[in-house]
Amino acid sequence: MKTRTIEMIVLALLVISSVWAYVGKINGWHHGFVFSSSVSLVIMILLALSLVWILIRTLQDKLVGRRIVFLYIGVALSLPLFMSIDQPIKVSDEVRGVYQGLVDLQPGSKVLISFDYDPASAPELQPMAEAILGECIERDLDMIVLGLWPMGPQQATMALDSVMSRMGLTEQDVVYGEDFVNLGYQAGGEFVIQRMGSSFESMFKSDFRGTPYQDLPIIKNVKNFSNIDYSVNLSAGFPGTVEWVQVGVDRFGIKLGAGNTAVQAPTVYPYMGTLEKPGQLVGLMGGMSGAAEIEKLTNLKGKATLFMLSQSFAHVIVIAFIIIGNVAYFRGGRKSKLKGE
Amino acid sequence: MRREIPLLITGIVGVVFIVSYFIPHWPFSQMNNWFSDWFSIIQACAIFLGALNLLMVSSQKIARKAEGWGYAAVIIATFIMMVGIGFSGGVGFREAAGFDWLYRFMYIPLSATMFAILGFFVASASYRAFRARNVEASLLLVAAFLVMLGRVPVGDMVTSFMPDGSQMSDLASWIMNFPQKAGQRAIMIGIALGLVSTSLRIILGIERSHLGGGD
Amino acid sequence: MEHLTFWGHFGVWVAAFLTLGIYSFLYRDNPWYKFTEAVFIGISAGYWVVVLFFDNFYGKFWVGRGEEPMLWIGAILGLMMLMRLVPKIGWIARWPLAFIVGATSGLWMMNYLTSNAMSQVQSTIMPLFGEGFGASFGEIIGNLIIIVGTFTGLIYFFFSKEHKGAFGATARVGIWGLMITFGAMFGYTVMSRMSLLIGRVDFIFRDWLGLIQ
Repeated sequence: MKTRTIEMIVLALLVISSVWAYVGKINGWHHGFVFSSSVSLVIMILLALSLVWILIRTLQDKLVGRRIVFLYIGVALSLPLFMSIDQPIKVSDEVRGVYQGLVDLQPGSKVLISFDYDPASAPELQPMAEAILGECIERDLDMIVLGLWPMGPQQATMALDSVMSRMGLTEQDVVYGEDFVNLGYQAGGEFVIQRMGSSFESMFKSDFRGTPYQDLPIIKNVKNFSNIDYSVNLSAGFPGTVEWVQVGVDRFGIKLGAGNTAVQAPTVYPYMGTLEKPGQLVGLMGGMSGAAEIEKLTNLKGKATLFMLSQSFAHVIVIAFIIIGNVAYFRGGRKSKLKGE
Repeated sequence: MRREIPLLITGIVGVVFIVSYFIPHWPFSQMNNWFSDWFSIIQACAIFLGALNLLMVSSQKIARKAEGWGYAAVIIATFIMMVGIGFSGGVGFREAAGFDWLYRFMYIPLSATMFAILGFFVASASYRAFRARNVEASLLLVAAFLVMLGRVPVGDMVTSFMPDGSQMSDLASWIMNFPQKAGQRAIMIGIALGLVSTSLRIILGIERSHLGGGD
Repeated sequence: MEHLTFWGHFGVWVAAFLTLGIYSFLYRDNPWYKFTEAVFIGISAGYWVVVLFFDNFYGKFWVGRGEEPMLWIGAILGLMMLMRLVPKIGWIARWPLAFIVGATSGLWMMNYLTSNAMSQVQSTIMPLFGEGFGASFGEIIGNLIIIVGTFTGLIYFFFSKEHKGAFGATARVGIWGLMITFGAMFGYTVMSRMSLLIGRVDFIFRDWLGLIQ
């Protein structure tokens, strides 16, 4: 009963503070907060000290509870969002390859972008999508969008809306049907790509608004992959980059750059080439860091760049947790519960 | 008959896809196109089947007043809400206000948070279970550290005293492009060979487990 | 000041309610979490049905009606798949299932053989010192690692022979390479999971509460 009461009180406090913050936001009582560099430094020191406390507790053979670790992670990821510390982002050759694919195109070239992900992977892939679409608009390239995942086309619409508003563009600047088309989703994964190899129109009879294929000026002369100059695949799993490489690249010879979630990216590295030998992929953006790199190249700094500080914190904390667990393990915890089994 | 015809279908369709790789001309190209179209339709129906099955299972749960039947009712109610609002939007449903609202304010937060929650467990498991017990585990751990540090700006900040090209991000790139790629390639080739032999067994009718039991 | 409609404000609160509902699982399993889970299942299934109907069936059978009559065979096979719900004639669903399995086997067999086996072997056969001996020291070592790592990794996966003697030693080198691969994958998995988490935290503090500037 006592625990229940505490839970209710905490919940009520959370609701009250949330309502206060929200009402404050809409009435302009506050415009958000940003920590000064000295406050940020103090917070970083406090976080480091708390890690030392966890280390001491662990060395005493008292594993810190699961919920405390959760809370710690939540706090440690949130705080960097309030800090404004610039971090240098170095662009890797893999990401430069994707960008170079766009740079090499003439205005009016056709770029096929496959959105093979859903909102679960959006924090990693949506910034890539926005950067790629933004660069296509900047270079006056024709964007043909489709999805092998059902939510992909909706993510494409959201990405285009977002990047257009950031670039201050209207529907007159990027004309639907002439500069951009969204073909929607088709079930079948690699079989969809296979069919597109002989005819796009056979698989996509209309766009996502139901407009017949032949009524869309941007694609009415696009028969198959031979009319596409460059393809980008944003993928979170199956179907995705592997299928685009197997069918699109190896069977129909498309030039493909990929953006993957960090979970998937390592598995497609064998498709990358070396200095001497071009690979099956011209470039690869992996996870949030890949997204931040493409944002830097396209000069469209967005959420990925913004999140890199939190990402840095997260990685350091996970490394610290592993080190703490291992230090305690080697300090004689092998026979204790620190065995980690 | 209930087993022979499916075995025949599997064999013929499989062979057509293999032959059309080597002979991409009529009639195999045409059959390849038809089969790809059919595949797309059947898969769509299979997903439909999944949704209908979910409805049936949930309805039965409610009818039996089984444990958690209230949640089954929530499943059905939200399903009907999504389908109803989706169909009322017509063919351009994605841009219709109601469907877009459901997607932005319900589907996105649910889907994103459901997967984001794993981050907490990864951190907790790293603390409680990730131990350098032997050479193999130590190699795994060191590679993980270098990649984790090298893929975020803090890695380069820590190694900023090193010349450009030898900093943490360069080391992470080197690991990803060479040793990591080698291991992935071995796994990839291994899986591919396994998959080829399994596919052959299925097409030749040696492997029949997908047809289930009975006659 | 932010200008949102009623539905905009309501939507942000609904999103926050659902987000926190799922996070409440971190504390313990509870009715709030179960409710959000049920909502997720329901609207996901609903979303799929709507998308499939309009993107797949409407396009193929209404917009492109009469163009390709062979599509109707696909439709019949699809309907046979749905017969699985009728116990008495459920067996008929084996036909489209057999089609799916056959097509996948045929396409995958060639795809994996060419792209994931032969192309990878071909990519591993490379000039060790680069074109015209132009590779840097790091690249030469790297190229050597790719060749040795791929070969020994494959040896490790060869289970038909006992891992003893020279064969065993080679397999051992292979497992070291694989461990580095798994380490890199773990590092990337952490990156991925943390990215998603940061995305949701950003929603709570920026989009919902407006606390981040």
